[in-house]
Amino acid sequence: MGKTLAEKIFDSHLRDEPFQGTKILNLDRVLCHEITTPVAIADLVWRDKDRVFDRNKLKVVIDHVTPSKDTKTATQAKILRDWARRHDIPDFFDVGRNGVCHALFPEKGYIRPGYTVIMGDSHTCTHGAFGAFAAGVGTTDLEVGILKGVCAFREPATIRINLNGTLAAGVYAKDVILYVISQLGVNGATDRVIEFRGPIVEKMSMEARMTLCNMAVEAGGTSGVCMPDMTTVEYLWEFIQDEFPSKEAALADYQQWVSDPDAVYASTLDIDVSTLEPQVTYDYKPDCVKSVKEMSGTPVDQVYIGTCTNGRIEDLRQAAAVLKGNTIAGSVRGIVSPATPKIFQEALKEGIIQIFMDAGFCVTNPTCGACLGMSNGVLAEGEVAASTSNRNFNGRMGKGGMVHLMSPASAAATAITGVITDARTL
Amino acid sequence: MQKKFGGSAIFLDRSDINTDEIIPAKYLTEVTKEALQPYILEDLKLAGFDPKSDDLKNATVVITRENFGCGSSREHAPWVFEVNDVHTVIAESYARIFRQNMFNCGMLAIELPKQDIDALMKLQQAGKVTVAVDLDKQKITAQAGDQEKEFTFEISQFDKALVVAGGWVEFADSRY
Repeated sequence: MGKTLAEKIFDSHLRDEPFQGTKILNLDRVLCHEITTPVAIADLVWRDKDRVFDRNKLKVVIDHVTPSKDTKTATQAKILRDWARRHDIPDFFDVGRNGVCHALFPEKGYIRPGYTVIMGDSHTCTHGAFGAFAAGVGTTDLEVGILKGVCAFREPATIRINLNGTLAAGVYAKDVILYVISQLGVNGATDRVIEFRGPIVEKMSMEARMTLCNMAVEAGGTSGVCMPDMTTVEYLWEFIQDEFPSKEAALADYQQWVSDPDAVYASTLDIDVSTLEPQVTYDYKPDCVKSVKEMSGTPVDQVYIGTCTNGRIEDLRQAAAVLKGNTIAGSVRGIVSPATPKIFQEALKEGIIQIFMDAGFCVTNPTCGACLGMSNGVLAEGEVAASTSNRNFNGRMGKGGMVHLMSPASAAATAITGVITDARTL
Repeated sequence: MQKKFGGSAIFLDRSDINTDEIIPAKYLTEVTKEALQPYILEDLKLAGFDPKSDDLKNATVVITRENFGCGSSREHAPWVFEVNDVHTVIAESYARIFRQNMFNCGMLAIELPKQDIDALMKLQQAGKVTVAVDLDKQKITAQAGDQEKEFTFEISQFDKALVVAGGWVEFADSRY
């Protein structure tokens, strides 16, 4: 019987099985940010166990509220910064070099096929785009990960989603994943890995695959995964060229992680995306999804483009293509946050930042900020946002605010008109 | 050290209650669990629910529906329960990370089938509901007025070991 990618990773990383059904895995990466790590650090200090299992396997960033906005966030940043220095952690990213964790760490080449990755952040599932098993965890799991390099999981079965057909022009990975979540429901993949397969995924860039995997948790999924292929190798090549004689050799090695043809799945869902239209959420759950056309005309107060879902260069290009030569509606506040300094610089070079600014957008530094209502664009009571982020929970971007999730292209079109708009109708 | 379980119950009769509702992100700037205490369920969208009510203040057990604790990985959600002495949650189902966080903190995230949760919800008609938990026998006894109901629950050996050990750090430290 064949194995899925997730099963292969579980087998190869198994440290212990203290009870049937509980697998303790060795970790390749423990990722840390300033919101969920400080309490773990404090607890380790209190237990007189202020150690790290492997300083090279820890990757650390200040990203949620940066630069710090007040004494409390400055304290969180300081706790993380002092800890990273104390343990001489080489890959620590502070103001000026920091960006949204799930965009920054892949960009640095830290995530490879077959890796086990945890972070105290639910959108850690993003990294499965590289053929890794990547799961969000709480602070206690993070603490044990930092100290021991292990994490416990119930081995998740896999849901296979075959994305077939051809994506129409103006329809993107974000529209696909919103549609998938509407089909699975917010707990349809709980304790499951979601494996994204099919010709649509094979043609997708790493950026688009990360958008897909990023929202696996919105259907309850433990990790999203894509099969490593030449696109994965090309993306990683600058980081792995000393490890392999050729790209083909790298590909051959990475293919050991690809799910076997006779692997067993919990369920399989075939979706033909050929007729899919741009999608948008309504209400307060990410599985409440309609076509943008159905929601068109809904007024918004703020448009937010960025985040670990859609703050990468490809996303900014898609938004800029819609915005070019236009200005945003007077009733709308537009905010764009390139997810990393590298993306910011690329956007500068390509003239994308100019397009955003000419259109009337505020360009912020890379940070998670407004996505979770912590800084840089919090909504007031009763306000409505069009956002390229991943959560539309009640109060998510500010108490009493409403968030409509959509693609960067739809968000840009919405900024221009001031009401929810299908970019293809402009 | 094992925590105390059971006690006075509060009912949150809605599915998909998320971690932003349990503890809004703006409070994630706190660096101690204790500081979260006043903000429990502050943004919960549920008709008739008042986060400042005595019912919540007196509760040590939460009884709710499906997919409880979905959303963020923030352990602040179990912590805000912990510092409000709510060590027991009983639900039809949980989001994975929240469920693991509860056990990792040595607290109980008990899963019961829908008909049992329905029966618990109905028990409120007889008066204030009090719940006793027998972890050894994996049994819950719920009592209101002159009525009493018993339910059995499943818990994995691992999750039980975490509860007995007082949490994952203690368990992991003794083995790895």
